[in-house]
Amino acid sequence: MLKVRDLVVAYGGIEALKGISIDVPDGQIITLIGANGAGKSTLLRTIMGLEKAKSGTITYNDEELNSLNSQHIVERGITLVPEGRRIFPNLTVLENLKVGAYLRKDKAGIAEDIKRIYELFPRLEERNWQMAGTLSGGEQQMLAVGRAMMCRPKLIMMDEPSLGLAPLVIKEIFRIIQRINEAGTTVLLVEQNANMALKVAHKAYVLETGRIRMEGTGRELLENEEIKEAYLGKKKK
Amino acid sequence: MLTVVALIVLFGLSCFVQGEVDAYIRRIVNLCLIYAIIGLSMNITNGFAGQFSLGQAGFMAIGAYMVGIFTVPVNLRADVFYAVPMNPHLVNIYMPLWLALIMGGILAALVAGLIGTPVLRLRGDYLAIATLGFSEIIRIIITNANTITNGALGIKNIPSLNDVRYIFLATAVSYILMTLLLSSSYGRAFKAIREDEIAAEAMGINLFHHKNLAFMVSAFFAGIGGGLYGALLGTVDPKNFLFTLTYNFLLIIVLGGMGSVTGSMLGAVIVTAGLEYLRVFDEPLEIMGVAIPLFRPGLRMVVFSVLLMVCVLFWRHGIMGTNEFTWDKLINFLKHPKFGRKKEVQRK
Repeated sequence: MLKVRDLVVAYGGIEALKGISIDVPDGQIITLIGANGAGKSTLLRTIMGLEKAKSGTITYNDEELNSLNSQHIVERGITLVPEGRRIFPNLTVLENLKVGAYLRKDKAGIAEDIKRIYELFPRLEERNWQMAGTLSGGEQQMLAVGRAMMCRPKLIMMDEPSLGLAPLVIKEIFRIIQRINEAGTTVLLVEQNANMALKVAHKAYVLETGRIRMEGTGRELLENEEIKEAYLGKKKK
Repeated sequence: MLTVVALIVLFGLSCFVQGEVDAYIRRIVNLCLIYAIIGLSMNITNGFAGQFSLGQAGFMAIGAYMVGIFTVPVNLRADVFYAVPMNPHLVNIYMPLWLALIMGGILAALVAGLIGTPVLRLRGDYLAIATLGFSEIIRIIITNANTITNGALGIKNIPSLNDVRYIFLATAVSYILMTLLLSSSYGRAFKAIREDEIAAEAMGINLFHHKNLAFMVSAFFAGIGGGLYGALLGTVDPKNFLFTLTYNFLLIIVLGGMGSVTGSMLGAVIVTAGLEYLRVFDEPLEIMGVAIPLFRPGLRMVVFSVLLMVCVLFWRHGIMGTNEFTWDKLINFLKHPKFGRKKEVQRK
């Protein structure tokens, strides 16, 4: 279980997170929604060790993560699918997946996982030798998810996986997120597409300018009038 | 398998060059081989790890001086150090060439490790400027350490290495070692860093550690190449290692293709042999008794530069891009000269 307590992160003098506390219990899908600049990505990047916290703690299974660098955080089974996919464009699909397994040394296990990911995303197998930069947006997102899965994470964090994708592809991505979760991986999902994200979430948090505004189960928030107005585009009657 | 055969054939060829061909051609072949090592070493940082570093001349100088200081026969050293006597601790230490080469490589790698720690935090142009500066610092230290390096006078009387086979073997071993490194998971990590640092870090790749490793390996082989260069010339002099030397190798890797091992090899041959081949332009030319005024020393560089511009305009990623020459592709091409490329796509 990942616990974040009173986390403050600042870029220069400006605080992007102003004291955030969330819980991510094992085996669930937890969603963070919020507008641009709410601090969603910052939270994920800080958990990943890409940004340093100013104060507050992040613990995973009662072990503090704040002082670790990304390499050690990946070793503990946490991984990030970064915003905007960030696949390696001039490497082949297969090489991308292999980089994802960088910290693992068991060759047989890696080969097995590549096979598993190709079963999950048959489109990637067809494009095995293609440069990742030549894939379509949806395929790139699948690759980014596949790449993150290659380190056998216990907790996978996804930063806006639906960004810039067609509605049909978004549906496919969310279906896959649920499948990954059913296979036993905890998912921490950051989304602007609140409607889809809340539907799959066990629990959700609403972020607003660096603070938690609201929390509840996905269903509760979907039916909340304020949320409807602010994020789901439905007018208050 | 075919690579092994090719290496043996090439080795046979180098024996032939050693035995049958005149000294001028032999010299060019040697230079091609040495430039190939250094070009490839520079490609590790610049082409594979994507860190724009211009320190190669400095690391070459370290390797070359290691060879210069320790392989001059002990009884000839007083002649070399006639202005300032050599440091008494060093004067009786002699190393065979191969040992001096390896020590030179190791020292270059250590210096690179020291420099890399602060410098590799920089990116892009800033990194280029900083490494360029450090390469000049190395050269200036060498110029002023009179009792060790004989200062600006340089070191003469290095037993001249004019054996194509020796240099070929050194190149082949360096090539194999570097290829093994680049095709391992380290090589993939380098490429991942080149493509996207943030994503690479999120995959658990330690950026600093890998950049430093690439930088040190690159310096190691530059040191070896520099040592061979010094041994080939038979003399080392700080002026040989001005920063302009680095640009030769930058040219080689840009022309051959950033991030392509075989491209660097090809680039080294084209740049070195090409410059020699174009010497006709430097000689006076008379057509029907009229001297063409353009043909005078210096025209060679003009023609060469124009050719380079054409190359860079039409093959923006160098001759090979990031592709590698592989036997499969060659065989495929020979079988289906016209449809070679198409066939390849279908096989995927």
